[in-house]
Amino acid sequence: MKFGIVVFPGSNCDADCFHIAKDLLGCEAEYVWHKDTELKGADAVILPGGFAYGDYLRAGALARFSPVMDIVARFAKAGGPVLGICNGFQVLLEAGLLPGAVRVNRGLRYVCRDVFLRVENGETPFTRLYEPGAVIRMPIGHMEGNYTAPPDTLVELEREHRVTFRYCDAAGGVTEAANPNGAAGNIAGIANREGNVVGLMPHPDRCSEGILGNDVGRKMFESAVAALASR
Amino acid sequence: MRVEVRVYPRQDVLDPQGKAIAAALARLGHRAVKDVRAGKVFFLDVEGSDPSAVEKDARRMAEELLANTVIEGYDVRVLS
Repeated sequence: MKFGIVVFPGSNCDADCFHIAKDLLGCEAEYVWHKDTELKGADAVILPGGFAYGDYLRAGALARFSPVMDIVARFAKAGGPVLGICNGFQVLLEAGLLPGAVRVNRGLRYVCRDVFLRVENGETPFTRLYEPGAVIRMPIGHMEGNYTAPPDTLVELEREHRVTFRYCDAAGGVTEAANPNGAAGNIAGIANREGNVVGLMPHPDRCSEGILGNDVGRKMFESAVAALASR
Repeated sequence: MRVEVRVYPRQDVLDPQGKAIAAALARLGHRAVKDVRAGKVFFLDVEGSDPSAVEKDARRMAEELLANTVIEGYDVRVLS
């Protein structure tokens, strides 16, 4: 089992993801440079957080034209598991691999703190080890996480259970007060229709080992290992 | 030719930045301001001599890159 971790100029969570895959999970891991034109035999691909291309124009807008994104799109289309974390999620949105867009946070500030998430869909290759309905704590750190989509797309996401995580309070209540950025429907993460492409604003990579005080995020990576093992 | 592409949040999309600017203007005493929408403008220097062809090209550029049409609208003007 091999994780491919895409590195754009400006990615800054790539080493965290690499460390989790290699040192914590004992999997193979390899960086895939944004100019690379092959995924080096990766079984699962991670688009990490950061500020790809300095977030110029819009977060994720320029990264989607990197040569590597053509093969990521092909890999995704063939059913390969792809996870976009934070800026990686923004890249997936701009690339059209996931529907919708993010705007600047409702409060116009960069928000960097722990939030509670309710697991809404425990069936994707990155969420299958979570109990649906479980409330987990994960850090966020972003300026543009205010998710939105055309009304019919939002309806479709709900109907097809493609919301993977929702911002909630400690008791699991999905409330306005628990929404850190104004995202529609408190949406923190979504999946594509086939379920193999998942993106989220929170950072599972920043809560994947005990030394960080929280290792709940590790299950996202372990889920991919389990999903591929069962294929 | 010089082309101006204006990109702005769509009417049906909340614009938190515009709202904050409107509030700041109100605090400065500009009470007549009812609403602000904040966008960006691109000045393109484009080869070509046919204004309608240049405009058509610029529209494609807006669709493909300059605007995210999920949340933004745009308009194109050929200046000269």
